[in-house]
Amino acid sequence: MTIALKASDVAKALRGFFTDGILRDNLDELWIDSNYLFDLCKLLKENNEFYLNYLVAITGVDYIDRFQLIYHLKSLQHNHSLVIKTELIGRDSPSISSVMNIWPAADLQEREIWDLMGIHFAGHPNLKRIMTWEGFEGHPLRRDHLGG
Amino acid sequence: MNIRTEPITINLGPQHPSTHGVFRLRVTLDGEVIVDVEPIFGYLHRGTEKLAEERSYTQIVTLTDRMDYVSSMLNNQAYVIAVEKLAGLDVPDRGKFLRVIAGELQRIVSHLVATGFFLQDLGAFGTPLMYCFREREKILELFEMLCGARVTVSYMRPGGVFQDAPDDFWPSFRAILDSLPYFMDEIERLLEENEILLIRTKGIGILTPQSAIDNATSGPVLRASGIPWDLRKSNPYDVYGDLNFDIPIGTNGDSYDRFLVRILEIRESLRILEQCWTLIPSGPVRSKVPYFFRPPVGDCYASIESSKGELGFYLVSDGGISPYRCKVRSPSLINLTPLREMLLGWKIADLMVIFGSLDVNMGEVDR
Amino acid sequence: MELNMNPTNNILPLHDTTWAFDKEEGSVINLMKSTHTEQIAEPIIEVPEDLNRNVLVSSVDALLNWSRKSTVWPLSFGLACCAFEMMASAMSRFDIARFGMEVFRATPRQADLMIVAGTVTWKMAPAITRLYEQMPEPKWVISMGACATCGGPYYSSYSVVPGVNHLVPVDVYVPGCPPRPDALLYGIMQLHEKIRRYRLLSQPAGGK
Repeated sequence: MTIALKASDVAKALRGFFTDGILRDNLDELWIDSNYLFDLCKLLKENNEFYLNYLVAITGVDYIDRFQLIYHLKSLQHNHSLVIKTELIGRDSPSISSVMNIWPAADLQEREIWDLMGIHFAGHPNLKRIMTWEGFEGHPLRRDHLGG
Repeated sequence: MNIRTEPITINLGPQHPSTHGVFRLRVTLDGEVIVDVEPIFGYLHRGTEKLAEERSYTQIVTLTDRMDYVSSMLNNQAYVIAVEKLAGLDVPDRGKFLRVIAGELQRIVSHLVATGFFLQDLGAFGTPLMYCFREREKILELFEMLCGARVTVSYMRPGGVFQDAPDDFWPSFRAILDSLPYFMDEIERLLEENEILLIRTKGIGILTPQSAIDNATSGPVLRASGIPWDLRKSNPYDVYGDLNFDIPIGTNGDSYDRFLVRILEIRESLRILEQCWTLIPSGPVRSKVPYFFRPPVGDCYASIESSKGELGFYLVSDGGISPYRCKVRSPSLINLTPLREMLLGWKIADLMVIFGSLDVNMGEVDR
Repeated sequence: MELNMNPTNNILPLHDTTWAFDKEEGSVINLMKSTHTEQIAEPIIEVPEDLNRNVLVSSVDALLNWSRKSTVWPLSFGLACCAFEMMASAMSRFDIARFGMEVFRATPRQADLMIVAGTVTWKMAPAITRLYEQMPEPKWVISMGACATCGGPYYSSYSVVPGVNHLVPVDVYVPGCPPRPDALLYGIMQLHEKIRRYRLLSQPAGGK
């Protein structure tokens, strides 16, 4: 069975490298400050104990006053998984750094989140709309987009 | 003597005889060699995730089977497993076995379709496709007996399956289990020594194991590159933990390996179905679940091994009858991430071979 | 003689140079979405009053119509799930070759019939209208499935055209989700009936 890593263990191991950046841990979810996302993710991938080298999915959720990004990670060698959550406060042009240099799998997923949610990923080489068309007004999956 | 050449950019438009669905590709060619590629998707984007926010958990089952329209049962299975994990529902054993039977039959259908279209793109214009569709028709008759629909079944519900298999299902099921191995022998005999297939697919479109993991590919694409990762073995769900089967792995990561892995997976699915035939218990098929049930507040992610790869659902519940957010981790979209690096440097005739061997379904890419 | 065959000789990747193309196509799609809001009426065959109950067709017409309906060549245009039932109708169990229609043409220039099978999105709409305009007369359109007829299960979505009759005139609607291959064959036989009643001197049955 794929073991879900306990976030408290991961947080304890990472606090040696970064004093701030880890906000809290809650069962198997690790909450991270959005400014430290790139560095912490790089560490999680290269660390031999965790070796989380497989990015399963990136999800964006719109909670009205903030956006939440959830990264599901997995390690094929050790067969364990981890969930990382980070939040972006405010609705006007939310932006976070792209993790494409760590996991190239983030390419199309970040483009989709830009298209449907409007979260900008800094450092992504090709941030174009993927599901809708260039010139589409708004970002469809936001809660204030009235469809039709 | 130097001849000056210039690269040309052409458009393989959304309507094309070989595209597996509506897929568009801008290709820059230098003679016949592919120099650069820009894939464009979104021609079938129907807004499933937005529509799921206004339907109840049971009604979303109908939306899920139109995503990857060749493997509807597996989409249903992924979704109901995610809902059961979110809401903490139990499934009776007979329900689990029926799910595995339906899922494996659907996997056989999906791989047959993938094989048939792969061979059609190579130029065997129609004949292998006809044979594969003939077998597919026999299995679709079984689905019609189970739930009334051939293609977009909505057979599974949170808590089990929605009705038990009728009595005349089991003799037909046995007849298929007896006849399909001979058909697989026929296909293997025709194809594995075929010179055209070997020359056009061996060594073409190689995906290295490191690149396969970095690009988060899954399913037959990952296994053909040599990595033995199958969610039915590494994170078993339903009754897969009690069944014996192997995982076919490729050696080189080229198009031939991806094609061969699918053929071998059909044989493994037949092995699983034989074991289900002997082991299935009697009993109820669905636990008692109210029609509009309200899961507790929270979120969860669950995934299964679909015919294209790891299909996962991430559901966020706010305590109401519809999910607050329903996100689909679509294997076909993520398997397309290494497309550009797999295509550069090959000739344009290899383009469809490589793309067909990835077995992408546009309904799942665009949702 | 040297040919320049070095694939990695590029300065810019292709996706950096195509922003202008994408913006232009996007503006075309926005224009179509704002203008195509009404459904196009079904092309009706004109029958003069004195022949209102017996549609008599001359012998030349009868011969031409028979030859036209016996070999309608479809355009391979499967978009989504209905495409698989369309392909199943072309395979050996529900044989469409008995109607002379097993040759699915890849190019619209050689096709008579466009079977729109699957969900039509606004992003695909310019391609559909262009394909329809490239088909030569006489041409017919079958809208197969609930999504092409009225938007289907995705009616209220932001990116789905509520029925392909907003874009092209449709002759036969085949309901279902997806319709069985038998239902598609019935729809095709209804189209043959419609072709049989086409008169040489009146409005073309499939055109505008």
